[in-house]
Amino acid sequence: MTSSALALVDVLAAEGGGAGDGFQAPGLSEFYPEPIAEFSLLGVDFAITRITLGLWFATLAMLVFMVMTVRKPSIVPGKMQFIGESGYSLVRDGIARDVVGPRGIPFAPFLASLFFFILANNLMAIIPFAQISPMSKFAFPLVLAAICWVIYIYIGIREQGAGRYFKDILFLPGVPKPMYILVTPIEILQNFVVRPFTLAVRLFANMFAGHMLLVVFSLGAVYLFSRDNFSIVFGPISALMAIVMTFFELLVIFLQAYVFTVLMGTYLNGSIEAEH
Amino acid sequence: MSILAAESANPLIPPLGEIIIGLIAFAIVMVVFFRLIAPRFEQVFRARREAIEGGIERAEAMQAEAKAALEQYRAQLAEARTEAAQIRDQARAEGQQILEELRTQAQEESARIVARGEEQLAANRQSVINELRGQIGTLAVDLAGRVVGESLEDEARRRGTVDRFLDTLDGMSAGGATDGRTGSTVFVPGTDR
Repeated sequence: MTSSALALVDVLAAEGGGAGDGFQAPGLSEFYPEPIAEFSLLGVDFAITRITLGLWFATLAMLVFMVMTVRKPSIVPGKMQFIGESGYSLVRDGIARDVVGPRGIPFAPFLASLFFFILANNLMAIIPFAQISPMSKFAFPLVLAAICWVIYIYIGIREQGAGRYFKDILFLPGVPKPMYILVTPIEILQNFVVRPFTLAVRLFANMFAGHMLLVVFSLGAVYLFSRDNFSIVFGPISALMAIVMTFFELLVIFLQAYVFTVLMGTYLNGSIEAEH
Repeated sequence: MSILAAESANPLIPPLGEIIIGLIAFAIVMVVFFRLIAPRFEQVFRARREAIEGGIERAEAMQAEAKAALEQYRAQLAEARTEAAQIRDQARAEGQQILEELRTQAQEESARIVARGEEQLAANRQSVINELRGQIGTLAVDLAGRVVGESLEDEARRRGTVDRFLDTLDGMSAGGATDGRTGSTVFVPGTDR
C-alpha cells in the first residue's frame, strides 16, 4: 500500500470516526513509503521502496527510449530519431556549445546524461500510479550535485592547472587587495559549498514541494467531497487546483531539469575559461 | 512503522543506501550515453554536416566549371568574330584582285584580238593590193591596147609603163590624199583615220 493511499485512508478514517480532529494533512511520511524489500549489504542498509522502483523504471524507460531513437541513425531522421535528436541537440548545442563554450562539445554526453536522467525521474511526479518523483528524495539530487562538483573542480584543475585555478578562486583577479578579506571567504563558500548545495536543494525542494502541493490538493478534494456542509463548494475548487497544479508541475519538471543542466554548464564554462 | 520512521527522519539527511542506488543508476545512464547514444548522434551530425558541405562544394565546383565554360565560349566567340572579319576582308581583297586580274586579262585579250585583226586586215589589204595591182595593170594595158589598137607589143616597155603608172598611184595614196578612190577601195582602221 502506498503512502498516499495510507494518507487517504487516514483522511477517510478521520471523517468516519468523526473524532472532530478534521483534515489530517499529508506529512513527511509521503516520502518514506513502506519498503518492499529491505536488506543489508556490507553493513549498508538498503530499503527498496516504490520510489526506488520509480527511479529504476524512469531510468530504464528513458534509456530504452533514447537507444530506440539512435537504433538506425540516418542523415534524414525518422520520427523517433527526430525526437531524440531534438532533445540531444537542445543539450549539445544549447548548453554544451553555447553555455560551456567552443570547447564544450566533449561535455555534451555528460550534460545530456544529467538532463535526461533528471527529466525522466522528474516526470515520475505526474505519471499516474507513480506520482512521486525520485528527485524529491534528497539522496538522488545530492548524488548528481556531488558528481557535478567533482567534475567541475577536476576540469578546472585540468584546464587551468591547480595553482592557477585555486588562486583565481581565492584571490579573484581585479579586486582591490583589502576587499579580499570580504571576497575570499565568499568565493570559497560559493565555489565549494554553495554551488553543489544549491544545485541539489533547488531540484530536491522543487520536486518535494510540487509533490506536497499535489497531494494536499488531491486529498483535500477527497476530504471536502466527503463532508456534507457547504465545503461541497470548495471540493471542486480543490480538485481543479490539483489538476492545474499537475500542469504547473509539468512545467517545473522540464524547467528544473534544464536549470540543473544549464547551471552545470556555466560552472564548466568557469572551469574551462580562465576567469577574466 | 514507516510513519514513525518518517516523523523522526530528516529529509535532508539521506540514507547511504539511497545514495548508492542513485550513484549506480546515474552511472548506468552515463555509460549508455557516452558509449552508445552520444557517439551515434555525433556520427549523424558529422554525416549531415559533411553532406551539406559536400553539396556546397559540389555546387561551387559546378559553378566554377560553368563560369570557365562561359569564358571559353566567349573567347571562342570573339576569336570566331575576328576570324570572320579577317576572312571577309581577305575575301573582299581577293575579289578585288580577281576582278582586277580579270579586267587586265580581258584588256590584254581584247588588245590581242584587235592586234590580230589588224594584222589580218593588213595582210588582206596587202594581198588585195597585190592582186589589184596585177589586175589593174592587165586591165589598163588591155584597155589601152584596145584604145590604141594593139600598138604596145613590146612587153618590156609595156611593163615598165604600167609599173611607173602604179607607182604614181601608190605615191598618191601614200601621200594621204583624200580622194574618193583610196577611201572606197580599202578600209584600214587606225591607219587611215
